[in-house]
Amino acid sequence: MSNTPPVPDAHGHYGRFGGRFAPEALIAALDEVEAEWEKARQDPAYQAELDDLLRTYTGRPSALTDARNFSEHCGGARVLLKREDLNHTGSHKINNVLGQALLTKRMGKTRVIAETGAGQHGVATATACALMGLDCVIYMGEEDTRRQALNVARMRMLGAEVVPVTIGSRTLKDAINEAFRDWVANVDHTHYLFGTVAGPHPFPKLVRDLHYVVGAEARDQVRALTGRLPDAVAACVGGGSNAIAIFAAFIPDEGVALYGFEAGGEGPSRTAASITAGSPGVFHGARTYLLQDEYGQTLPSHSISAGLDYPAVGPEHAYLADTGRAHYEPITDAEAMEAFRLLCRTEGIIPAIESAHALAGARKLGERLGPDAVILVNLSGRGDKDVDTAAAYFGLMDSDPEGQAR
Amino acid sequence: MTATTLQTTLAETRAAGRAALIGYLPAGFPDVESSVKVVEAMVEGGCDVVEVGLPYSDPMMDGPTIQRAADRALAAGTTTDDVFRVVEATAATGAAAVVMSYWNPIERYGVGRFADRLAKAGGAGVITPDLIPEESQEWVEASTAAGLDRIFLVAPSSTDRRLALTTDACSGFVYAASLMGVTGTRAQVADTAETLVRRVRETTADSGLPICVGLGISTAAQAAEVAAYADGVIVGAGFCQRVLDAPDLETALTAVRSFAQELAAGVRR
Repeated sequence: MSNTPPVPDAHGHYGRFGGRFAPEALIAALDEVEAEWEKARQDPAYQAELDDLLRTYTGRPSALTDARNFSEHCGGARVLLKREDLNHTGSHKINNVLGQALLTKRMGKTRVIAETGAGQHGVATATACALMGLDCVIYMGEEDTRRQALNVARMRMLGAEVVPVTIGSRTLKDAINEAFRDWVANVDHTHYLFGTVAGPHPFPKLVRDLHYVVGAEARDQVRALTGRLPDAVAACVGGGSNAIAIFAAFIPDEGVALYGFEAGGEGPSRTAASITAGSPGVFHGARTYLLQDEYGQTLPSHSISAGLDYPAVGPEHAYLADTGRAHYEPITDAEAMEAFRLLCRTEGIIPAIESAHALAGARKLGERLGPDAVILVNLSGRGDKDVDTAAAYFGLMDSDPEGQAR
Repeated sequence: MTATTLQTTLAETRAAGRAALIGYLPAGFPDVESSVKVVEAMVEGGCDVVEVGLPYSDPMMDGPTIQRAADRALAAGTTTDDVFRVVEATAATGAAAVVMSYWNPIERYGVGRFADRLAKAGGAGVITPDLIPEESQEWVEASTAAGLDRIFLVAPSSTDRRLALTTDACSGFVYAASLMGVTGTRAQVADTAETLVRRVRETTADSGLPICVGLGISTAAQAAEVAAYADGVIVGAGFCQRVLDAPDLETALTAVRSFAQELAAGVRR
């Protein structure tokens, strides 16, 4: 919005959120990443190399699909899909990863570590490291290695070492803890290629900047197709990288409503919706909304989607929620799976279960906004990795007692 | 401002020409009542200062031993209020008691309320491993009002500018991380430790702020080595490991007491 100062400020604060709640041992490395990014973003050679990769390797610009059939299930509103699922490696994650991998080389570092939940960020990171000749270690909660076994195999095929994390809740948050522990011990030659818009400054800004292209492309594409800006932009929110990706270019457009759809899980008592069900606190290096008990202990999150199964959210989302510029609502597992099924059947597109939360949100928005509305949805990833989960959920496997029970 | 018990204790050990022995244990490990007994054994064995850990669900700076100890404490139902009970019992032994806590539990409790409760329980200060001076304004105000010491960390990667900034913000002592890594025992003391202490010493020449070294110290020989150049030697995982390994509390107390005695002899060599 034109009358508010740009975020973050020089210390990485988004209003009262963000900042750097990190061990002193990592401050020098965070400063180095911040300084190198400021240099790289103004370096035409870096930008040219990144642009070339995005075009010839990732396949940008990604398409905008007019989802006419699906729109009939959205109160008749016109739903446009930003097809990040068509990127190489199958999600938006590759945008950030290529930029940070190039940054790693600029910093003279030879080893990359990363966390992953659904495996999308891990696969993208393993891919970039294979391309650029970097050593790669991916931390993944043991529970997620089970849920996303196919992506574990993909990462290993690409030459990455996948380390199952067997402590805590054995999901994404524990993978991040473990990656930070690795980083502090190996920071002289290792870059932590953070995968979402969370963590200590400068990660929320760096990851946002590298994903800015998504919303910028979509803004042009929607105008070219419809002659106007969309009424609403919808995205799923776990850590929030794909949502910031599509929101950022629209933030100055006050007439465009921004909607983040959090993973509501099975309802308020078993959820991953940190903005709608959580409270402000400090987690993974930043002040933000998180799921915590009265003593500040992190509560276990739940979502059918491994990629959204995170008890906090990026600080810029906390800020956008506080200022009212963006709205956040929970989508239950069941609502997401119904939208997943619908998109498969009406458009022939199998979405990631993460992205299905945004689709379910678009259905609600369509009912509210009516048939004249244009709704842009970030289809952040494809659902190949989720076929097992979805087949079990819908009982599509022959002789699958678990599926039949649904 | 009157001196805290931590400041007094470190002045006394310095006057005695030796380094202080600082032991760490999470409150509530293995349960609240037992953790008080373990702390008493640590003090009987020779700890001058006890860091009472506030067990946290996401201890990003801790290795597996302290993670396990904190998990046990949380599983036993330990809360922030229990931490104050353990602090009170620690202070009653005559040792200086400080709390070591990640930032979120303090913020969640209410920064001012936390400081007041800790001061009332006889605590001398707080070590904050994931709080840097730039983010500490509220904590500076609350700890000053409550008369508590603020202990921030410095690391081998800290620039000279940050060493000055951080030591300026500290009172009681500055916690020098001996190496780049998480808590846990190591075969030898990293050679980064002595270099860091020397660098910090230059910035604290005027204030005389004590410098205590932690991370990876777990034997009497290592304690003696560090005591030769630092004002305090901090041991954590070694105590936790002895409690984890013991089949029952009595065995644990004996092991902890004799371990503290060995370390206490080390800092006096």
